[in-house]
Amino acid sequence: MKDWNGVIMVEVKDSQPDEIKIKNYDNLVNKQKPGPSVAKNVFWAFITGGCICLVGQIFLNLYSSGGLPLEEAAAASSATLVFISALLTGVGYYDRITKLGGAGGIVPITGFANAMVAPAMEYRTEGMVMGVGAKLFSIAGPVLIYGIITAWLAGLIYYLLI
Amino acid sequence: MTASKKTGKQTIIFENPPVISAAASIVGPKEGAGPLGETFDKVITDEYYGEQTWEKAEKRLLEETMQMALDKSGMSTGEIDYMLAGDLLNQIISANYAAREMGIPYLGLYGACSTMYEGMILGSVLIDGGFAENVLVGTASHYSTAERQYRSPVEQGIQKPLTSQRTVTGAGVVLLSAQGAGPRITSATVGKVIDLGQGDPMNMGAIMAPAAADTIENHFLDTGRNADFYDVIITGDLGVYGKKLTNKLLKQKGLDITEKYTDCGILIYHPDQDPHAGGSGCACSAVVTCGHIIRRLNNKRINKVLGVGTGALLSPASVSQGETVPGIGHAVVIEKPWGE
Repeated sequence: MKDWNGVIMVEVKDSQPDEIKIKNYDNLVNKQKPGPSVAKNVFWAFITGGCICLVGQIFLNLYSSGGLPLEEAAAASSATLVFISALLTGVGYYDRITKLGGAGGIVPITGFANAMVAPAMEYRTEGMVMGVGAKLFSIAGPVLIYGIITAWLAGLIYYLLI
Repeated sequence: MTASKKTGKQTIIFENPPVISAAASIVGPKEGAGPLGETFDKVITDEYYGEQTWEKAEKRLLEETMQMALDKSGMSTGEIDYMLAGDLLNQIISANYAAREMGIPYLGLYGACSTMYEGMILGSVLIDGGFAENVLVGTASHYSTAERQYRSPVEQGIQKPLTSQRTVTGAGVVLLSAQGAGPRITSATVGKVIDLGQGDPMNMGAIMAPAAADTIENHFLDTGRNADFYDVIITGDLGVYGKKLTNKLLKQKGLDITEKYTDCGILIYHPDQDPHAGGSGCACSAVVTCGHIIRRLNNKRINKVLGVGTGALLSPASVSQGETVPGIGHAVVIEKPWGE
């Protein structure tokens, strides 16, 4: 290659093409990256998820023994779990539970409540309508959308096959 | 033709190296409880810092740190020619609002977590070029404002991978002057945006390591120096894994800096504080440089420092669209004593 004065410029060539550089680097990064400690995570997810279910069961038994029919007692204990989770999120503890428990804290109904209350708290500063109102479902929204679609599909299959 | 104050492809050698005549830092409670806690000028106890929102707290941190640097030097805002500042938030609001209060001619910067070093280079250029006598350079970041903009609501329960980093709450400011006593910024290497195809916002060390390694390599190429020239080589916020990657990348090029090399993100927290891979954010390199590094230079514990401010040029929108995240690293050489 020559520049505008006709002087031959030396082109510096990188020894490796970009794709190889990127691939090699990716390998290096993956080798360096600490893997999640699966056994530990599974253990704590089991314990955390189990504890949440246990609390739910205690409330279920409590409400049943208080005279509520089983279905209503189940709804009441779900509502109680949601309330406890929202309260714990509000005082700043639920994120600690999930940090330890992982999916054990995210998958139960309490995790869903946490995913609603956290953005509600966070966007309170942007007002009740465009802050809380608009951002409330920012995390829970996708769960609802795809949960409803899946339920609908399952219902369709059930209707067609059985 | 090369410009007279430039050497090699990317490096500037200052003819009259600007003096860091004052440096100030304020940090949040977690940073204050870390191993460098005593090197900061002030530790705030409340994440809101008496404000209604985290954003306002971040702006207040920057503004107060600027004022603190002025107080230390005994100067008034009228004596400052320019204020250079930036932060992580959209439209660099903390810097803009702090500049509104300061009333100094202002240039806003965005270099992600490398902003402090970008500012130090530009401030030094303004001073050595004869365009300014005194320049205030500062930046701030806040754990909660960064979390909500880049990741998820603070109180939302998630389990982060060990490669993730914690955004430092704090602000760091240096006052650069043409005259005076103090450590001097003697040269700088402006980094290129480097992208080796990484895109995981939970592993920012891997995003930035190639940029840091590239800047360090080019700094050595341009100046003909090697690691022996420096007492400390310190990167901004690569964290534990990013630091390892930088070492490896440099070793592939035949450069070994391991003996001299450390990282602000690793220094700022104690492993017991559970910061995962370490600290990050604009304030990470800023407060460690303004506190720990400048203190050590002034106490004559070290004489020559190569600081590399590193930034992951991350945008949640482009990550969602499948883009990779590029990184950048700017190197600044701080020396004391100089020419004595």
